[in-house]
Amino acid sequence: MAAITERVAIAHAEGRTYHGIWAWLATVDHKKIGIMYIYAALFFMAFGGAEALLVRIQLWQPNNHFVSAETFNQLFTMHGVTMIFLVAMPILIGYINAIVPLQIGARDVAFPRMNALSLWLFVLGGLFLYSSWFMGGAPDAGWFNYVPLSGAHYSPGAGVDFYDIGLQITGIGTLMTAINFLVTILNMRAPGMRLLRMPMFTWSALITMLLILFAFPPITVNLILQMMDRLFHANFFNIPLGGNALLWQNLFWIFGHPEVYIVILPAFGIISEIIPAFSRKPLFGYESMALALSVIAFLSFMVWTHHMFADGLGAVVNSIFAITSMLIAVPTGIKIFNWLATLWGGQIRFTTANLYALSFIPLFVIGGISGVMLAMAPADLQYNDSYFVVAHFHYVLFGGTLMGALAGLYYWFPRIWGRLLDERLGRLNFWLVFIGFNVTFFPMHLLGLEGMPRRISTYAAGNGWTTPNQIATVGAFILLIGMLILLYNLIVTFRRKPDLVQDPWDARSLEWSIPSPTPEYNFAQLPLIEDRDAYWVAKRQGRTALEPAEPPGPIHMPSPSLTPFFLALTIVVAGYAALLHVDWLALLAMLAAFWQVGAQLVHEDPGYHVHPEAPAGGAAE
Amino acid sequence: MSAQGEAAHLPLQHETSPELGLPKDNRILGLWIFLAGECAFFASLIGGYLGLHLGVAHGPTGAQVFDLPLTTVATLVLLSSSLTVVLGVAAMQRRDVRAMQIWLWLTALLGIFFLEFQGFEFYTFYHEGLTLQTSAFGSAFFTLTGFHGLHVAFGVFWILLLLFQSLKHGINEDRTTKVFVMSLYWHFVDVVWVVIFTLVYLAGKVG
Repeated sequence: MAAITERVAIAHAEGRTYHGIWAWLATVDHKKIGIMYIYAALFFMAFGGAEALLVRIQLWQPNNHFVSAETFNQLFTMHGVTMIFLVAMPILIGYINAIVPLQIGARDVAFPRMNALSLWLFVLGGLFLYSSWFMGGAPDAGWFNYVPLSGAHYSPGAGVDFYDIGLQITGIGTLMTAINFLVTILNMRAPGMRLLRMPMFTWSALITMLLILFAFPPITVNLILQMMDRLFHANFFNIPLGGNALLWQNLFWIFGHPEVYIVILPAFGIISEIIPAFSRKPLFGYESMALALSVIAFLSFMVWTHHMFADGLGAVVNSIFAITSMLIAVPTGIKIFNWLATLWGGQIRFTTANLYALSFIPLFVIGGISGVMLAMAPADLQYNDSYFVVAHFHYVLFGGTLMGALAGLYYWFPRIWGRLLDERLGRLNFWLVFIGFNVTFFPMHLLGLEGMPRRISTYAAGNGWTTPNQIATVGAFILLIGMLILLYNLIVTFRRKPDLVQDPWDARSLEWSIPSPTPEYNFAQLPLIEDRDAYWVAKRQGRTALEPAEPPGPIHMPSPSLTPFFLALTIVVAGYAALLHVDWLALLAMLAAFWQVGAQLVHEDPGYHVHPEAPAGGAAE
Repeated sequence: MSAQGEAAHLPLQHETSPELGLPKDNRILGLWIFLAGECAFFASLIGGYLGLHLGVAHGPTGAQVFDLPLTTVATLVLLSSSLTVVLGVAAMQRRDVRAMQIWLWLTALLGIFFLEFQGFEFYTFYHEGLTLQTSAFGSAFFTLTGFHGLHVAFGVFWILLLLFQSLKHGINEDRTTKVFVMSLYWHFVDVVWVVIFTLVYLAGKVG
């Protein structure tokens, strides 16, 4: 990873300088934080992928004993938790970190130190969750962790405690990201960058952060309630003493349904950047795209009970939520047609980024249609808890989110790392992933319709499930090869010298208007924005840069700080102590965490100044 | 105070952005957004409480344990702390640092006073047989009011930090924003208590 150290600028603090690894631990630069989010997400993706492969090997043949039923439960639970919380969200938040400030013409995010804290809470919280494998077993009650299965009676081990505490830790970080980017996008846009001039990826980030803001508190409360039950013998979910199991389901899905939009809207945003760039046309129906994002976000809080159709809440409740669920197809359809209309008559270039973006459309439509099928409450009772559901959400989360994330990786790689990924390997990577994905997940529709329940560790021979399962397992290995090609592509690309091409795709938005590598202050002079796609307009008018909105001058930068890292570490220590019932240490660590938060509340950072004329790195004031 | 001179330019009104009318200062806007998330947090806790408050099992009910006169006094104490923090911010904007400090002291004291009421209430309930473990009602009651109490305690900690900072280093424009932001948080904690007092104590006593 020579590439990482190459880009480590020496960091100045109040009289202190950090080098090497310390510069990364102390950085408050949104670009480096974005890079670390993406690396960490790819790291966890390897584990989540390995868990999925083990699941697929176990299901290769009837009555298989490759892993035990107990291990199988841990594998699919951790696969789900990892892919949602430690891969999909962080990789998208990584792009949002790396790109959104550049797209709106900002020099940093609103709260740079809080941004670092969000990162470290995610990284350390994720490692905390994974340490459960070595400390008595991973969570094993499924990613939505229903009570009473996840209660102390049926899950006496520490696995579910790791789930409760680990997701609280990463969740606080995500909530802070939401506050940070809402303020950044609302308050820190360059002069003239009105809301309806923002690139669609920034729009998707804005709406996603609103979803996080209102969706994460309910799950935090839910996790707290279960933690009180499991660690302190409270009775929230203990039915004999007045508890209610549906409370968990309601609070979980009030979070859980917005959550699926939290991981898909940024992917919509990525696609909305890539398709116009590689069609050489403006995004069709820009206003309707922004409106559709907002309508989807609003509706996403109105549909949670469709995850609970089988609970027997009654025909009226089920009908209402069936209708609201199907309504979401309308704004989503608007987006699909707008992408197609953007492509219509464009000069389409089939780069790897665009291949991924184009594959997103049919795959997401398949997932969307099976979603509408599931939204029909009476029919859902047939699909419920079958492989049809597994097929559906993999088409939207893999075919949608991950295809979008990989499109973004190829597209923004030259901006984030100053070099282009190899296109030949990229195309190989794309086709293997595309084929492997469909071979793995399409047969699951049929398995589900034939009645195979999800989450069973094995099945009997003779009910016709063997062949589709074997096809799916073969597909999973094609996917593995595809992802290994991506890894190989990353390695050879990092071994090459950086190309430092500023605008390799002849793209439209502001992140391509600045030199490569991106200076630590982003913009030597903040640009004046007079159009939507202002950089594209400037290029068409024969200008190489945008009009500056301010005279050149020294740029104020925030100081790096190790506090976010150590604060996150303190919170993780409190988590371990609570989980292991070392109550005094938990209390002490919580007090230490509050003390560090308090220190931040009165902290005054003088920062330092960079002079853009001077060599990068700048001079301390 | 030596900082009296610096305090000459303390804004009475915080600037708003022309396009959206939102506070221009990131910290003020950030705190408002944080409070929106806090609304969702307390809404979930209160919703959970309302769903569980009849689940008393063999333990006491809310109508049996709630002591309305005591809680009313505690409520008045907490609500007056919203007045004192307003007077503190007003004094700060008049550049009267001394008065600001006195009002902040008083706010912190009222907060501590409220927490003592809560401690006494928890102690009494414990002796009347209502604990976290008694019933779902007990779990929901102690968790909801306990989290509110933690918010008050954190607010007191925050006030004291800003108070000591102003005593030691005086006040400047940056610190006035810090005090203003804290006051928004403090009002929120009070407003949540109004909801809790109404839905938990008053409704619990009649129903």
